[in-house]
Amino acid sequence: MDPTDIENPDYFHRVVDCQWACPAHTPVPEYIRMIAAGQYADAYMVNWRSNVFPGILGRTCDRPCEPACRRVRVEKEPVAICRLKRVAADYKGDITDRLPVVPTKKNGRRIACIGAGPASLTVARDLLPQGYEVVIYEADPKAGGMMRTQIPKFRLPESVLDEEVDLVMDLGVELRAGQKIDSLRALLAENYDAIFVGCGAPRGRELPLPGREEAKAHIHIGIDWLSSVSFGHTTKIGKRVIVLGGGNTAMDCCRSSMRLGGEKVTVVVRSGFEEMKASPWEKEDAMHEGIPILNFLVPQEFVHEKGELRAVRFQKVKAEKDAKGRRQLVTTGEPDVIIECDDVLVAVGQENSFPWIERDIGLEFDKWDMPVVNEKTMRSTHPRVFFGGDAAFGPKNIIWAVAHGHEAAVSIDKLCNGEDLAHRPRPAVEVISQKMGIHEWSYDNSPSNDARKKVPLRDKEVALKDIRMEVELGFDDKLAYEEAQRCLNCDVQTVFSDRLCIECDACVDICPMDCITFTGNGEENDLRARLRAPALIKEQALYVSGELKTTRVMVKDEDVCLHCGLCAERCPTGAWDMQKYIMEMTQAGSACRS
Amino acid sequence: MTWIARPKFHHASLTKNEQGCTRRDYEGTISTLCAGCGHDSISAAIVQAFYELSIAPHRVAKLSGIGCSSKTPTYFLGASHGFNSVHGRMPSVLTGANLANRDLIYIGVSGDGDSASIGFGQFAHSIRRGVDMIYIVENNGVYGLTKGQRSATADEGTTMKKGEVNTDKPIDMISMAIKLGASYVGRSFSGDKEQLIPLIKGAIQHRGAAFLDVISPCVAFNNHAGSTKSYDWVREHNEAVNQLDVMMDHEEMVLQQSPGTVEDVAQPDGTVLRLHKIAMDFDPTDRIKALDYLERHAAEGELVTGLLYVDRKPKDLHDHLGTVATPLNTLGESDLCPGAKTLSAINASLR
Repeated sequence: MDPTDIENPDYFHRVVDCQWACPAHTPVPEYIRMIAAGQYADAYMVNWRSNVFPGILGRTCDRPCEPACRRVRVEKEPVAICRLKRVAADYKGDITDRLPVVPTKKNGRRIACIGAGPASLTVARDLLPQGYEVVIYEADPKAGGMMRTQIPKFRLPESVLDEEVDLVMDLGVELRAGQKIDSLRALLAENYDAIFVGCGAPRGRELPLPGREEAKAHIHIGIDWLSSVSFGHTTKIGKRVIVLGGGNTAMDCCRSSMRLGGEKVTVVVRSGFEEMKASPWEKEDAMHEGIPILNFLVPQEFVHEKGELRAVRFQKVKAEKDAKGRRQLVTTGEPDVIIECDDVLVAVGQENSFPWIERDIGLEFDKWDMPVVNEKTMRSTHPRVFFGGDAAFGPKNIIWAVAHGHEAAVSIDKLCNGEDLAHRPRPAVEVISQKMGIHEWSYDNSPSNDARKKVPLRDKEVALKDIRMEVELGFDDKLAYEEAQRCLNCDVQTVFSDRLCIECDACVDICPMDCITFTGNGEENDLRARLRAPALIKEQALYVSGELKTTRVMVKDEDVCLHCGLCAERCPTGAWDMQKYIMEMTQAGSACRS
Repeated sequence: MTWIARPKFHHASLTKNEQGCTRRDYEGTISTLCAGCGHDSISAAIVQAFYELSIAPHRVAKLSGIGCSSKTPTYFLGASHGFNSVHGRMPSVLTGANLANRDLIYIGVSGDGDSASIGFGQFAHSIRRGVDMIYIVENNGVYGLTKGQRSATADEGTTMKKGEVNTDKPIDMISMAIKLGASYVGRSFSGDKEQLIPLIKGAIQHRGAAFLDVISPCVAFNNHAGSTKSYDWVREHNEAVNQLDVMMDHEEMVLQQSPGTVEDVAQPDGTVLRLHKIAMDFDPTDRIKALDYLERHAAEGELVTGLLYVDRKPKDLHDHLGTVATPLNTLGESDLCPGAKTLSAINASLR
């Protein structure tokens, strides 16, 4: 193999698995160290710059970082990254003097955003400090989008949501609340320099079964019902509730039902429990509140008497592989199951819907009736129209919306400065040695053996009584410290200089994970098989040095490196050094322009 | 000095031996030697050898004297017995321990100062008596703990770190050991575990005095251009005469090599030492020829490594003394002290 090019910012970025997995590429280990040091406001600002909504995401994020966490490959559970983020938000204190200064003299550019959800708010946050004027159109009375309408308050208190939405709004957003856009052509005619569509995926999928029409008074579409609950229009539900669907919306529906009078709430999914789309922790939270999840039941009919909903009839199925090896649900042949109920919540997915975009304004749609959007620039086929969040590529989550927002803001900034959008800015990267003394490092290099800490919960009896009462209490400072210490500091990289190495084997002997091998060079697969501990995960890179004196090379399998720095401590010549890799995505502003 | 404990986490593919132990279970505490010390590599090789042979750690006793090398038993086999003796006195303490309990495996770790200077006599007599042990000299040619004075194994004409030339003759531990009657003698290099680990395994299996001279560069004081104990010099002048495979199971012995390149040396306990010959004119079972070979190649400036001498029929101290098979420390008082009547009978027989 050729020597690894560590100058390529992606190489070390991939080693920081959490940051690599995060759509917004938040520097996770950096802020976790700040939390361990009690620098909550610093940790908050690292987050705020990167993901705009630390307090909200610290409660609701889909956490792609956690399954990616190296800790999973070393022991059982990842670092509780998401809940540590919340700690930074909970204890940050006053951060107003750290917020960007918005110039009073504007640059004369006006941007319209459709929908005041996380994607649009991110665009506004990035562009306002650059002197742009940003107008956000929102159909609901308040900004926040799905964060306000679909996430129940017992998961995300209104005060937290308001605080972080206001941090953006107070930068000078012109919010046109209650104003629904029904024609993009008309908006284009208002001569905005750019239009950003961040309207989400606002339509809940239907379940057109017999009885749906007749019993419609007690059959609700999940996201609409949650929205109605959120604004206080709906305050009650029947005693027996069936929630159809296995995603996170279904989990929010069932838990909300328990708080609005539901006594016997049941979640029913078509396929298996394992196949459910809901995050494992959301399923756990629902079951913790005593909600059963029944699987392998396919709804057949809404049973009603003269329009009065009585029950739902299900067919029992099992999963089988067909001739082509595809998984299919086939009937077990057993009698149908009938579950009695007073209300049904249908949470079987949501869809995009763009009836307000005229199809003859130069904005192309694909065969699924979705706008054609460039994944890097977020621009549609119309030069001035950008998309982001669920509106761009279908339902994802908040952190993806934020990532889209950042990219769209960069594109808009480049567009308004007459630059090529395809030329994306490189991230800002710093790699700094952490050596403080002969065997002292600026980070805590001894890995903690602790198991993942559990977040304390409010007593169930109390929590179920009030839909606005937050269930999770969050880590206190002591628990937060202990959890933060579980982080392996993957951003403190093992950097190897082949010209300094004397091949004494000290690093090989000390490495607790057998990551390091000195051997003859070869092709990647050949090398992987010849390592001291043969590589288990091929997606994890091999760090290969240039040729050494004995014609061998140093090969390090990045897979399970603990970043404990012992290789560097035991290296007599400083051929190994622990260097912190700090990478920040370039956001809109002068840095993003060429 | 590294002060953090070595993390408990280990690679998922780490396997267990017949004792149910992973390699990590054979480690000791973290080394306090200088970073890059060759001794740490030897400790790692010892760990690997005992792990591969599936030896229960409590069956091993590790003994040492004073010096950098003598600190190392703390860094391997943390669950074994140990004794850190007076400077140069490891061989006597080991001999005593072995006499008292012949059931344990004894590993004596020493350095060039501990064995070639202050403990030279001790070294000689323990080898001469054929004490069943693994005697490892971690040979770096300097006194590291006292900041790098040359030792008795430093070669004539080599320079110290500051340039001073050594005019004294060196002691060659290998030829001393062969002459004194060691029944298993090898030399290796801390930077070559492929060679070193099988040599240690062979020494563990060998019943008799097994002696290993392991060149172990001192990174702090003796790894410079004028040294013959540096990583670079050893790599350039290393002439391996053979590569050893220690075969524990006769069933596995399938001869595949072309005749003449492999020699099997069966040991009395059933272990077979399979030697893959590199130098065709070298015969490790012939003491006189081996000594001659070593002398000739040393004169040419080569460092000969590998299994250099092995006795096909070794005998140890207990054979010489005719002691009982039961370890003396488990015998009861009546066995050890048969009483006045028996003593009178013995005395009478001698009159």
